[in-house]
Order: sequence, then C-alpha cells, then structure tokens
Amino acid sequence: MTTTPVRGVPEHPLLRDYFMDAAFDEMFDGEGAIRPHYQALFHELTTLPPEEIRRRKQSADASFLMQGITFTVYGRDEGTERIFPYDLIPRLVTGEEWDRIERGLTQRITALNLFLHDVYNDQKILAQGVVPREVVYSCQQFRRQMRGLRVPRNVYVAIAGTDLLRLESGEYVVLEDNVRVPSGVSYMLTNRRIMKRTLPSLFRDYGVRPVDHYPQALLATLRSLAPEGRPEPTIVVLTPGVYNSAYFEHTWLARQMGVELVEGRDLVIHDNVVYMRTTAGLKRVDVIYRRVDDDFIDPLAFRGDSILGAAGLFNAYRAGNVTLANAFGTGVADDKALYAYVPAIIKYYLDEDPILNNVETYLLTDAKQRTYVKDNLEKLVVKAVGESGGYGMLVGPHSSAAEREEFKRRIDADPRNYIAQPTLTFSRAPCLLEDGSIGPRHVDLRPYILFGDKVTIVPGGLTRVALRQGSLVVNSSQGGGSKDTWVLGA
Amino acid sequence: MLSRVADSLYWTSRYLERAEHTARLIDINMGLMLDRSRVSAERRWQRVLSAVGSAQGLGWHDDPDSEGEPARWLGVTALVHALCFDTTKHASITACIFGARENARQIRDEISTEQWQRLNGLFHEISRLRTASPSERNLAEFLPTIIDGVHLFQGVTDTTLSHGEGWHVMRVGKYLERAWSLTTLLDVYEREVFLGQDSDDAGEYLEWVGLLRICTAFEAFCRVHTADLTHERILEFLLLDPDFPHTVRYAVDALHSALEAIQQHTRTQHGAELMRVAGRLKATLAFAQVGEILAQDPVRYLRRILEQCREIHDLIYAVYIQYSVETALAV
Repeated sequence: MTTTPVRGVPEHPLLRDYFMDAAFDEMFDGEGAIRPHYQALFHELTTLPPEEIRRRKQSADASFLMQGITFTVYGRDEGTERIFPYDLIPRLVTGEEWDRIERGLTQRITALNLFLHDVYNDQKILAQGVVPREVVYSCQQFRRQMRGLRVPRNVYVAIAGTDLLRLESGEYVVLEDNVRVPSGVSYMLTNRRIMKRTLPSLFRDYGVRPVDHYPQALLATLRSLAPEGRPEPTIVVLTPGVYNSAYFEHTWLARQMGVELVEGRDLVIHDNVVYMRTTAGLKRVDVIYRRVDDDFIDPLAFRGDSILGAAGLFNAYRAGNVTLANAFGTGVADDKALYAYVPAIIKYYLDEDPILNNVETYLLTDAKQRTYVKDNLEKLVVKAVGESGGYGMLVGPHSSAAEREEFKRRIDADPRNYIAQPTLTFSRAPCLLEDGSIGPRHVDLRPYILFGDKVTIVPGGLTRVALRQGSLVVNSSQGGGSKDTWVLGA
Repeated sequence: MLSRVADSLYWTSRYLERAEHTARLIDINMGLMLDRSRVSAERRWQRVLSAVGSAQGLGWHDDPDSEGEPARWLGVTALVHALCFDTTKHASITACIFGARENARQIRDEISTEQWQRLNGLFHEISRLRTASPSERNLAEFLPTIIDGVHLFQGVTDTTLSHGEGWHVMRVGKYLERAWSLTTLLDVYEREVFLGQDSDDAGEYLEWVGLLRICTAFEAFCRVHTADLTHERILEFLLLDPDFPHTVRYAVDALHSALEAIQQHTRTQHGAELMRVAGRLKATLAFAQVGEILAQDPVRYLRRILEQCREIHDLIYAVYIQYSVETALAV
C-alpha cells in the first residue's frame, strides 16, 4: 500500500509520520487542510506539551485498569483477561452527518423488524419474490419454531449494533447489521467517562451530545416490551457466564440498570413461567435481555447439548409469559446473503429509498456473479455468511494463490455459504501512536440502536480502530482497539 | 440474592477458613515433630489426617527400601507436600484456595474489588510456591502465606463488603466450617491424646499446647486459666468459651446470628426448621457443663455436634439454594 505524504498537511513534529492516500481522512480534507470541526481538537493536541499528553494517557490507562475493563481472549490459558486497547484521540462526527446516520439507522431497523414479522408470519415478501424463499430458508439462523408466534409490539430486534464504514467519498455505508447479540456498548460508555476526564475543556467546548443515558434507555426499552399484564416487570440480563468474552459487559450492564445478572442455571421454568432461584425463593422473571445465542438458550428447543440455557424457556416464550430481547431467529435478518436484499426490503415495506447504502455485494448462488468473483478474487473480500469477528474471511489483495484456490473450491462446494464484496478503503482517523506522534488508522463505527415503544439511538457509538498500521481488521479479538466518538451539537 | 451467588459466597468463605485451619494444623505439628516425643511420626500424621476429615487418597507411605528415621522423614515430607500442594486431593490447602478463587471468580461482581485482589494475590503467590518436589524451605514460606492471606481476606471482607445478606452468607460459611473443624479436631484429640494416659508429663504438655495453638488459643487460654493445662480446662475452653473466636461455642453463636440475619433479609417462610436446629445447637452449648460432658461420653457428644453441623448445612441448601420448585411455589 502506498503511503505518500500529501502536501498541505500542516507541518508539525507530531505529524511527522502522517500520510494520506485514497482513503478518506477524518481530520484532513483532500487538499490536506484541516476539516473545520477538527480544528479545535488539532489545536489542543498540538499545543499540549508532549509530557502532558503522556501523563494523561497514563492516567487514562490507570482508570481502565482500576475499573477492570477487560475482555477475554479465546484459546489461551489463565490470565487471559486483557485491557481493551483504546485510543485517546476522539473521533468527531458533525451533527449534520449524525442526523443522517440516525435517520438511516432508524429506517433500517424499522424495515428489518417488519421483515422479520413478515417472514415469521404471512411471508408476503417471499410470495412476491422480493426476497427469494431459498435465501431465507437456507439461512442457518432461520427458526421455524418462530412461525406464527406473537411477539410483544412486533419487535423482534430490540437491540442492534450496526457497523458503518466511510468510503473514499466520505459517504457512510452499512457493512453489517448485528441484530443477534451485539456487544461493545460498555466500551462506548467507559471510553466516554474516561475521555471526559482526559480532555475536559475540549469536551465542553465542543458541546458533545451525551451518551451516558444508554443504560436507562435500554431499561426503558426492555420494560416497554414486557408481557401484557406485567406492569412492574422483573428484568434480568442472561449471560453465558464468566468464560464468555463479553462477561465484563454483561455484569456492567446489569449493574448500570440495577437488575440481576443471571445464568441459565439460575432460571427455573414451571408451568411455562420463568423464575429465578433466589435465597428468598423463586422470583418471576418477565423480560430477559439475553446475551446467549439462540442455539444455546434452551436445550429442549434448540441444541440439546447446551448447558448455558434453561430448559423450557422457549415454551414459556411461546406462551407469552416472558419476553426475550432479542427474539429468537433474528439472525435471519443479519445473514450476509440476506444483507444484499436489505435495500429492497426497505423499499418494499417503507416505500422509501435507503438513506444509508449497502456495500456492493456479490451473491455466489448466482452463476454470473460467481464466475465474476472467481475470476477476480484478488480484488475482492470473501466472507462466510455464518461467521463473525473477522474469522473465515479471504482478503483478496493480501491472499496467496493457494488461499485463493482453496476459497474457489469452498465456494463451488457451498456457494450459499459465501458472499464477496469489493475490497474497501475505509476512512482513517488520527490516533496517538506508541511513540507519542499522531498517525492515521482505519476506523469503523458501530452505533447502538434500541427499539421498544420508540427508536432510541444514543449519538455516537463505538469507533473501532485497526491499531496496526495498514491493518483493516478492527475486531477486538484480532488486535483492534476503540476510541470515543463525539457527535457534535447541531 | 440469587441462590447461585449465595452458594458461591458460602463456599468461598468455607474453603478459605478450611485452608487456614489446615495450614495451622500442619505448621504446629511440623513444629512438634522437632521435639523429642513419644508420639510416633506415623501416629501424629494419622491424627492430622483424621482432623482434616475427608483425606481420601492421602495416607502414610513408608519407603519400603529403607528403615528408621530417614524413611519416616521422607514419608512425612511427601504427605505434608500432598496436604499442601496436591490439587487432586480435596483436603489439600492449594485445592481449598483454588476452590475459593474459582467460586469468587463466578461472582466477581458480588464481592468487593479489595476482596478479589486479596484472593487473587494469594492464588498467584501459591502458584509461585507450588513446586514439583517437596522442600522444607518452601513450606516455611507457604504456610504463613496462607494464614496471613486468609486473615487479610477476612479483614477486607469486613471493611469493604456491605454488611448485607452476602456478608452474612460469608459468615455462615466461615463459622460453620470453623465449628466443624474445631469439633473434628477435639474429637480426634479426645480419642487419641486425652485417653492415652501413660505418656510422660512433658510430652503431654507439648501436645496440649499444640492443640491450643492449632486453635490460636494458647494465649487466650492462659489469660483465663494460666498455663495450668488440664484436659478438662482445655476441653471446656475450646468447646464452651463464649468470647474467644476459635471455640465451638463462639462459632455456633456467630453462625446462628448470621442465619437469623439472612432469614430477616429474605423473609423466607421455610426457615423454621433451620432456625430450630441452629438454635438448639446454640442452646446446647450455652447450657452445657464440661463436667457433665466428661462424665458421660465426650466423643459421642462431639459426634452429635458434627451431626448437627451437617444437618444445618443440608438445611441451608434446602431453604436457600437447592429447594425444589414445588416447595417454593407452595406458599
């Protein structure tokens, strides 16, 4: 990858390694001039003495450590809890940009919920051929147990975390809808808490829109979805347990909302009513914010070998005695092949054009598209539809001939299991590097969307950073980090 | 409070109490072995094994190829090493600390950060000291580390954990374990030491001091009775003294008050039988006289206390942790 410095970038020792290429730079425009909304931040960074920046970085490090903000890395032995890597320089989003994102996400989540309701009930969209039946039925996340089942307020996806990218033109596009059990929101909130302490005056001067009310908004959303006749619902967070990589987040959310954090073994289902086992006896549970995948949540309804769930939970759900957020079977809406149809889905249910576009996607079940993909693998990214977290991918430009052959073979063997997209050069934002200088790194953006009696999107979200130079992988399990996202006032 | 959380708090606390008790038991007996004594090494360590209760898989193995003192020492070192470090033996100190940490880890969020740091620190210290081969130097560092570590943990528990239901559950674990292990210890001594009347005075004196020191009770005992050690006074003190924390009566009183507090917190309707059994044990000890106990059958008396401890444990589970759905719903 070429990394030629662009003329016009203000000369400053801190920017000695700063470079720009075709990718959109969040701080500098194409001419190398500072974008207006970054000026105050740039001024602060370049006027603070380096040792002061270091001191603030250290004190922020200490805060993360003290709060035990960690995640677990799979496949290692003891002591696998690590501090989530973060970057001290906030990513700025103008109010105007954000308003568009917010409208786009609202539109998308509304359409996806209508789609899920339709797919699990009348299936009009399938009957009219807007979405081919085989795309839905061949999806591993499609749950036929959900057919004809009534869901409170017809809300299937109550909590989503949609991944956005910024293309070379500066346009925000949707890379992935995460509508099963999206994680990372605790990092968004702790990042914010620490940034307020690290750059307080800058934060105030920018008039950053607040995100701290997320836990209350989540609680209100869950409450609005309680089964009928339960005006004072008992809400719990269901975690797979301490060995889950997001366990910290589960405990954190439970504590912030002031609700119990339960495991499957704490739940007892009797006469299709869910109870949790407490020292004061059984206590009825009305709403479960579950952070356990469909497959593992009820050994009677889904995978029989699961010990993470509670036997009979699905029946209690079917009987309408308990609400699960998200509902079962939502994974059909964030399937990577279904993704290609989301613009059509939006058009079909809302009769609107998508506000946020998709990334161009090739469906490998289509013979013509498959041939094109196989001939151009070195330019494309191939993803397995069922995988997440950056696993099971082929990044064409970085692949070897042997890997490409292997993927061709896999695609031919199971075309439904793969999709291909062009290799994207998504935007970079300034980051504080190890040596104290500032350099650009690739970022994405995951806003968190709540859907109950209304749609709530806290302004901002988790900006994930590929901390290694040139890297495009932002997943925390693979060396990514995060930074605070400041959505500026109107 | 979730039953699972209560369960983990209970066992965290019990395991730590057990680890500390076992550490003192080994430490004192290692010291006693240095003195000339008519108690054979084998009998001494058999006694230790009886006192730690479920010592499955642990035993006395004389080296068949050699005889005399060296072989005996080898046997002792191997046994002590297993009692300290062998994680495959439930009674070992390391297994207790690992068990405590594993339980605490499951409820990391319910205990204070300070408690977790102490326990985690102790865990890492032990992992460092655990070596493949037995060595006396390691033991000399290991045993005080355990005792100090548990004391520190209990200190931060009292100063950093809210004194609500969870704290009371931890007290239940601690004092039930203490009542159990002290009674077991007295039972062993009652059968082994006090009945062996033929031993010489000096040797007997050392054994009795040892018993008191295992219970950290030597100084407290002397303050009440001077250093005039008699069977009757020692039994009376360790069994019935209401003020010293390492006596059966103190432990049972504390256990009872903690159970009462939990009952108030939970307002459970099923606690009557538990409170009856705990209250009966408390009253038995409060009104007992050592003369009567000795005149009848002290071993049977102690066994009866153990039975009641077991009963209390089972009832705690039946009321708070593993109750059946039918009982819980039938209010």
